Amino acid sequence: MLTYTFRRLLTAIPTLIFISLIIFLLLDMAPGDPTAQLPLTIPPEVREQIRQSLGLGEPVHIRYLLWLKQMIWSEPVYYLSQSVDWISAPDEARLISWQTRAPVMDTIIERLPQTLMVVGLAYVVGVLIALPIGIISAYKQYSVFDQAGTFVSMIGFSIPPFFSGVLMIILFTVMMPNDSFWWFPSIYDTTLVIDSWENFGKQVRQMVLPVMVLALQTTAQISRFMRASMLDNLNQDYVRTARAKGMTESVVVLKHVLRNSMIPVVTVIALGIPAIFGGAIITEQIFKVNGIGQLLIVSIQASDVPMVQTLTFIFAILIVFFNLIADILYGILDPRIRYD
Amino acid sequence: MTDTAASTSIDTRNDAVARNQWWDVWDQFKTHKGAVMGACFFIFIVLAVYVGPWIWSIDPTYIDVRARNQGPTWAHPFGTDQLGRDMLARMMAGGQTSISVGLTAMGLALFLGTLVGVLAGYFKRIDGILMRLTDLFLALPLLPLLLVMVMLFRQPLSASFGPETGIFILIVVAIGITSWMPTARIVRGDVLALKEREFVLAARSIGTRPGKMILRHVLPNVMSPIMVSATLGIATAIITESALSFLGLGFPPDFPTWGRLLYDATDFMQQHPQRVMWPGLAISLTVLSVNYMGDGLRDALDPRIRGL
Repeated sequence: MLTYTFRRLLTAIPTLIFISLIIFLLLDMAPGDPTAQLPLTIPPEVREQIRQSLGLGEPVHIRYLLWLKQMIWSEPVYYLSQSVDWISAPDEARLISWQTRAPVMDTIIERLPQTLMVVGLAYVVGVLIALPIGIISAYKQYSVFDQAGTFVSMIGFSIPPFFSGVLMIILFTVMMPNDSFWWFPSIYDTTLVIDSWENFGKQVRQMVLPVMVLALQTTAQISRFMRASMLDNLNQDYVRTARAKGMTESVVVLKHVLRNSMIPVVTVIALGIPAIFGGAIITEQIFKVNGIGQLLIVSIQASDVPMVQTLTFIFAILIVFFNLIADILYGILDPRIRYD
Repeated sequence: MTDTAASTSIDTRNDAVARNQWWDVWDQFKTHKGAVMGACFFIFIVLAVYVGPWIWSIDPTYIDVRARNQGPTWAHPFGTDQLGRDMLARMMAGGQTSISVGLTAMGLALFLGTLVGVLAGYFKRIDGILMRLTDLFLALPLLPLLLVMVMLFRQPLSASFGPETGIFILIVVAIGITSWMPTARIVRGDVLALKEREFVLAARSIGTRPGKMILRHVLPNVMSPIMVSATLGIATAIITESALSFLGLGFPPDFPTWGRLLYDATDFMQQHPQRVMWPGLAISLTVLSVNYMGDGLRDALDPRIRGL
């Protein structure tokens, strides 16, 4: 298992390097000049100096290697030097956004808590709803509950977030009277500081709609998977044996079947985490949550190349990392799987 | 098989003897209620958007400022938008684009996926490389890359093909090359299993060449997973196109698609919520019906379930 983990880690490195190359080269073709927004009174030689200071003017491969070095070495070392005093800050300039002229990583770290709070909570809520639905649906296959559950998950599967989000806003913000308990704000207020119970309530209320939209999708996917996995296991011979031994139904289902069915489901949950970051781009845009997804859209529209490169690369790292986690988890949880 | 072929030539009227396997599939498909309803609805939508404009002949770009922001009336069953354009006509025009993007992008993704899957499964030498490529594509963050691709290539393609065709080609190609991977994996697995079967050995022993072998013996036998991924591919392609249009990075504003209509309507959500509902419902119901069709097709094509 350890050698397998090690080997997978080693193969992840060339994958990431190749992905970073694709991302870099694709964005390198971007039209738009970072100095185009500057006043026309700036003399051409100064403009050229500004371009040089932003790292342009070097050939492509040099810029790629520099960017890679900044991404995987300078930036982590910089943050280490901020927290630990025996490491000094690196000499290189940091990765600067063309749009805000601030370090890219600082902006991303500013935006991260909003995304994690909304998207992370939605994922947890979605999984917690999905698991019982999947278990009951499979145990009572073809019952009314199963039919209803499958239908709802099919709907959740088919309604894209840009419609379910807008629908929620119409139902809970536009149509609902303003003083009703069921009225929820459609715009996420990032400046809210949670320092009292009242503000905590406000925070909860503004998170309800985006979390509902994201959780609907998660629930739909995971409950379908959980149901299929439970059905596979419920017909196995060991279930009959357990029942023949006189075990109660709750022990059979919740201990024997559930444990075995959870193996593939856990890996699917791990694989879904990066996808939720990608899906959150649309939800954040609808509810004006200023998280990472919204930052990506704004940067793409402003053709802020360093920001888009960094964000896309972070998404790629997340995908590769969680793929790795899923594979390793599968090996640990299921002793029948032998990787070596 | 020889029996069937012989009896077909002798007695073509007797369907019970000379049954094509697709009749069995159709029989099984008919028992899945959701799938039949989905198929009916999908055919209805396709007819409505392609034949509808012949009956409802209002021009979707005709601006009638005096009749703007109207609710549903007999003259305009879906109401009008902020410039007085008829929403029903715009929904039909938008549906034409959305569905043709969905079908074309699915076709491209299916072609790429089948090509990679069959080649990787059949030729052992390139299997490793092709599967690494598939894994690599699966690890790419797709939505951000799609957005970036649209941003980069919109201007040059619009300039060379005209704004409508250019963006159509761009979106179809972008969706196609980012969604072929699941098909490739499934097809490869099936081809690997098929290669060990006796009929392939028999065909090889009489000297069938690889090209002929793939077209004659392998492809017809992997049709079922391909058809299932085709239906699911339409759904993802329609959703992706609408998502791009919704984020303002799809088709230009004067060229309606369902996603674009939804995006435009969100600005007037407070005053005219019904305008959001039409395109949203159209997207959701189309995707729902296609997904149900895919479910039914998967059951119908599974020989373990069929014939029970």
